[in-house]
Amino acid sequence: MDTFIPAEYEVVRNPELCIGCRVCERQCSNEVHKYDKDLGKMIADSTKCVNCHRCVCLCPTHALKIVKSDDTYKLNANWSVQAMNEVYRQANSGGVLLSSMGNPNDYPIYFNKILVNASQVTNPPIDPLREPMETTVYLGKKDVEIKRDIEGRLVDTMPPQLKLTTPIMFSAMSYGSISYNAHESLARAAEELGIFYNTGEGGLHKDFYKYSKNTIVQVASGRFGVHEEYLKAAAAIEIKMGQGAKPGIGGHLPGMKISDEVSATRMIPKGIDAISPAPHHDIYSIEDLRQLIYTLKEATAYTKPIIVKIAAVHNVAAIASGIARSGADIIAIDGFRGGTGAAPTRIRDNVGIPIELALAQVDERLRQEGIRDSVSVVVAGSIHSSADVVKAIALGADACYIGTAALLALGCHLCRSCHTGKCNWGIATQRPELVKRLNPDIGYKRLVNLVRAWSHEIQEMMGGMGLNSIEALRGNRLMLRGVGLNETELKILGIHHAGESM
Amino acid sequence: MFVNDLEHKKAPLEGEVRIPSGCAVSAIIDRSGKKMTGANVIRSIATMHDRSNGLGGGFAGYGIYPDYKEYYAFHLFYNDFQCKKETEDFLITHFEIVYSSEMKTRKTKGITNEPIIYRYFLSPLSKRLANSLMDEEQYVVKCVNKINAEIKGAFVFSSGKDMGIFKGVGFPEDIGRFYLLDEEYEGYAWTSHGRYPTNTPGWWGGAHPFGLLDYSVVHNGEISSYDANRRYIEMFGYKCSLQTDTEVITYVIDYLIRVKKLTLPEIAKVISASFWSTIEEKSEEDRREEIFLRKAFPSLLINGPFSIIFGFTGGIMALNDRLKLRSMVCAEKGDLAFVSSEECGIRVIEPELDRIYSPAGGQPVIYTLKEGGAL
Ligand code: SF4
Ligand code: SF4
Repeated sequence: MDTFIPAEYEVVRNPELCIGCRVCERQCSNEVHKYDKDLGKMIADSTKCVNCHRCVCLCPTHALKIVKSDDTYKLNANWSVQAMNEVYRQANSGGVLLSSMGNPNDYPIYFNKILVNASQVTNPPIDPLREPMETTVYLGKKDVEIKRDIEGRLVDTMPPQLKLTTPIMFSAMSYGSISYNAHESLARAAEELGIFYNTGEGGLHKDFYKYSKNTIVQVASGRFGVHEEYLKAAAAIEIKMGQGAKPGIGGHLPGMKISDEVSATRMIPKGIDAISPAPHHDIYSIEDLRQLIYTLKEATAYTKPIIVKIAAVHNVAAIASGIARSGADIIAIDGFRGGTGAAPTRIRDNVGIPIELALAQVDERLRQEGIRDSVSVVVAGSIHSSADVVKAIALGADACYIGTAALLALGCHLCRSCHTGKCNWGIATQRPELVKRLNPDIGYKRLVNLVRAWSHEIQEMMGGMGLNSIEALRGNRLMLRGVGLNETELKILGIHHAGESM
Repeated sequence: MFVNDLEHKKAPLEGEVRIPSGCAVSAIIDRSGKKMTGANVIRSIATMHDRSNGLGGGFAGYGIYPDYKEYYAFHLFYNDFQCKKETEDFLITHFEIVYSSEMKTRKTKGITNEPIIYRYFLSPLSKRLANSLMDEEQYVVKCVNKINAEIKGAFVFSSGKDMGIFKGVGFPEDIGRFYLLDEEYEGYAWTSHGRYPTNTPGWWGGAHPFGLLDYSVVHNGEISSYDANRRYIEMFGYKCSLQTDTEVITYVIDYLIRVKKLTLPEIAKVISASFWSTIEEKSEEDRREEIFLRKAFPSLLINGPFSIIFGFTGGIMALNDRLKLRSMVCAEKGDLAFVSSEECGIRVIEPELDRIYSPAGGQPVIYTLKEGGAL
């Protein structure tokens, strides 16, 4: 006696345009479209539609559109349709609600309330089409001792660094949560761009060891797919302590996404849900983290930077400071908007803090303590555009991780149903007939295009500010101004309000 | 007095806002160590009159206090006699005051609203110094910062040994004559600055050079990396209270020399680093060194237009930003070496030169006293 939940979105077909080719029927893994012989036309069951837009994009006559349904419960400013539907759903199933991708709710997006400066008269803007404009960054510890050889020449005492040609990396998305073809696209794009992609907690498929120079491997609480060769292959190792979409809990890969290949790569049984624990069971405190960091360094002979990834939570500055003192080379902070392949809805929508505020506080705290140099800071959690990258760097980040934006480049339409494993775009699925829809030859080029386009835009904005090296933008908060932010928000971000002079 | 005047007008002071300014710089050094009055450097900077707007000028002279060369020479601006008394009480408890007097000045047309200006020759009290657990230089810097931050109306604007900074609000040539630099002082090196700020704070302490111990910096430009440099250097105990480029540049150089023990050419490779693409083309050894320096000190890259002259005991260093977005020429004639924003600032003193050239962006020009050149 399930309560019927009306469709949120409606599939609308223009009968004048539809030629009955049945492409939509073949494309929809949710089985929305069907040819009705009796009626002699295509029909659709909108209740199954997740609004992934696959059919809309592929319909040869553009006969389809998906619209927000105008069916509504009695209007109520307190009980939204969504809140009511969720109650019905839980009363139907008795289960925890699952969601995917980032928190979609109406919280402030601070990046959109920050404006960037440009040069006028007193110093010249620099033209990136005519002058060099450097976006290269090195990630790792900078607090080196200056040593000289007997002839007085400087000795290279730098700890291992990651060299990025542009301050953007692909954030952790595991093989299992996303497809083989998605991983291949990311790996090849990272190689071509001179940046890095991140395996996530799902291990590294044997075919992808050839991209290991551009691979960050992750060690998460489930230790899936972690073995000596895996660690040694990587350019850097990331310890995943938390994820912005689900701070405080572990990962969940539904059994139906665990195919033979995923099972072999993760070193776990096929077809059974893979749940990584909320904590690392060998890390109950900061000193335990230090041990894991040094274990990994020992295992790789101190040749690779160790990244510690945490979710942005209320006390993030103090936590980051602890991590910086624990031997980590890079801290990755994931904001509450960060994406996921599957997370409990309540956690995704209610836990954590915005990345902009977390970043500003972490950077400031590390500086106050004089240890900003002992780590690089990478931020993630809804970097929408090159402008967000510029703002994040000016707030104090060394580089950004992009996840959702990268998936969008591969075709994702943010239908937020990755956890069902039926991604029509061949991304968040392991079904062979869906996976093959994503052609890695095309996918990797689209990723390359995206990152190159952003890099050009970053260069344009830098040039406008009179900067020709991204290093001179890092932490350069005078380049930023807030609009419509209150005193507290400005103080936390460490920026002035628009209209205030330097 | 002057600050009150300004408060009245409600114009923000240096340190309360960031004031962009264009400028002229110029310097002369006699590498044989032979001394000269400030007359030539005044003529040089006066030739570039149009690069200043009468809102700031100043000079640094090296080797000018031979009789007191063991002592820290403090130059102070006072608002009133109240803060002077407070400052002197502080000085007495931290230093032995070997000699003190009001700064000798002459009435000069165009120079108005001057503060009370005093000079002290000081030696740290040995007991206090020992108790402070600091080395002597740190101790002196700390005392300077304390006066500048805590005694309202008092400002130490020069604190090195056997050198002095002279500055104020006005055209630089008037400031030079006001301090009698053309008669009273002889030094082996002089640097100078004429300022073109975009608004009118008109505070004497805000004029250039900026000094820290015997280091002085004059600078033309407006750096775009200011806040990145400031927030980085403030991690190491510096406080950029004036919010000027010159101040932050001085601290950056001081940190790299004194704390990190880098050489001047190495420092140039940090603050005015070559482009990665240029570094790629260098010899293996240079490449290794420059990549290391850029990796180690990325936040000390000074970006945006600048030409600076850094003065120190025994020499000067001239340096441009990596793109050379500000003009600067260098020249030599016998033992004399010159640096100037424009060639005219050199030719006016020495029309016939052995060599004159325009250093490339990021290429440091370092002139030091010759071996045996008297200090
Ligand atoms: S689920 Fe996607 S493919 Fe299926 S009907 Fe909806 S939008 Fe079209
Ligand atoms: S990856 Fe696929 S399932 Fe996930 S949101 Fe994007 S389109 Fe939907």
